[in-house]
Order: sequence, then structure tokens, then C-alpha cells
Amino acid sequence: MVEWTEQERSIITNIFGNLDYEDVGSKALSRCLIVYPWTQRYFASFGNLYNAEAIKTNPNIAAHGTKVLHGLDRAVKNMDNIKATYAELSVLHSEKLHVDPDNFKLLADCLTIVIAAKLGSAFSPEIQATFQKFLAVVVSALGRQYH
Amino acid sequence: MSLTEKDKAAVKALWAKISKSADAIGADALSRMLLVYPQTKTYFSHWPDTKAGSEPVKKHGKKIMGGVGLAVSKIDDLAAGLLELSELHAFKLRVDPANFKLLAHCLQVVIANMFPKDFTPEAHVACDKFLANVALALSEKYR
Repeated sequence: MVEWTEQERSIITNIFGNLDYEDVGSKALSRCLIVYPWTQRYFASFGNLYNAEAIKTNPNIAAHGTKVLHGLDRAVKNMDNIKATYAELSVLHSEKLHVDPDNFKLLADCLTIVIAAKLGSAFSPEIQATFQKFLAVVVSALGRQYH
Repeated sequence: MSLTEKDKAAVKALWAKISKSADAIGADALSRMLLVYPQTKTYFSHWPDTKAGSEPVKKHGKKIMGGVGLAVSKIDDLAAGLLELSELHAFKLRVDPANFKLLAHCLQVVIANMFPKDFTPEAHVACDKFLANVALALSEKYR
């Protein structure tokens, strides 16, 4: 069972409450595809991913990044039950999408970097620790239904 | 995943922009690593304080960035250039190499945080490759 302090809960709800989903989602996913190019294997049907510029301006990637980020909303709203909340999504990623769960951590790291770039001095070490704890729980829940 | 000429140029360009703030970057990254990955504190049980802003953290962060700067200057042959540091980490410090990734992540978080316009995805991938290669060079002598 993951324990959250009141402070941790408010940090997470604050970050997501003030988030520009389109901007951060598209930046995080495109950064992941550029920094860890093997992740492009899951996006073969998304069009031109030939170089960093193409990835950054690809509208399908931008839309998908936004979708993925909104997927995190479920965890924000159900922080005490993230494991159960993501059971279906975990099955989806395993059985249908066949995503190697190691990739979840790569995207999480890119998301952290994008948020760090956005929040500047507000992204204190404590806030980073809470944000990464949250993402680690999500990543773990998404990998749980893999067999 | 070895460094191409393009990667090396990108790393040197990024270093040129951030090196004046090296001490601050090192201290910030180290304190974040100790907080975000508490298991890393096990290597610093001899410090009275591992919190951000403490003297040992600031001093050590500066030392680490000295190593990063050395690595940038020896980017064409990291194994040779970091030989002494590798022996230090292998025989004296014996830091589990898995931890190099954790510090590398925190370094990049700090760089993104302090230099958001410069830490583009292109700079990020070159930097990530560079730090991975530094970690490899540091673990050369482990076994």
C-alpha cells in the first residue's frame, strides 16, 4: 500500500491542476522518441519520425502525448488506489499494445525533465521527489498485469 | 551507443553554456539524488547532513562537476582520460554502477531546470549518451 502525506497529495494535485496538457504531453512524448529512439518502434504508423524536427512537429505524436498525459489524471484522482485503477490499462499495454514495460520509466524520466524545464525554481528537490514517487507508482501499476 | 562527432560537438556546446554554473549544478543534482533516491545516502553515512545547501553536499557536488568537466575535455577517449577516477571508484569507493544512472538523471533534471532553452531534446540525447559513456568509463576497472 502506498502511503501519501497531505503535502505529497497537494503537490501532485497542484502540478496537474496547473498543467498545459497539450504542451507538456507533446513535449514529453517527442522528447522520449528523440532521446530513446528505440521507443519509436511503437509508433510506426504515426507518420514521419525521421529526425528530431519531424518528431517535434508530428501532429499524431503531439495528440498522443496529450492523451497519455490525460491518462495520468486517473492516478491523480485515485491516488490511494492506483494499482486497481490501472489494471485495465496494464492489460491493454501488455496484451494489445505489447509495450516493453521498461519504456514506461523512460517516458516518466522525460516527463520529469519537461516539468523541470517548465517550473524553474518552483521545481524544488522535494517536489521532484514527490513527482517521481507518483510516477514510480504509476509505472509499477502499468507493469503489473504483464505475464 | 558510442558518441558520434555530432554528439561530442553538442556536449561541448552545452558544457560551454553551463560550465560557469558547474558548482551550483553539482550541488543541486547531488542533493536531489540523495532525496529522490534515498538508497544513495548509504554511501554518505559519514556526513552529518545530506540536505540541500549543506557544506558536504556543496563541496562534493563541486568535486563531481570537476570530474564531468574532465570528462568533457577527454571526450575523445573517456576510458583513458578517466582511468584514475575509474580506479578510485572501483577499488576505494566501490559505488554500485547502477547509481551512476541516478546521478546522471538528476544532473539532467537540474540542467533542464536551469537552462530550459538550451536543454533541447537534441542536447538531451547527446548529454544522456555522454553521461552513459562516462559511467561506462568509470566502471572500467570494476572487474
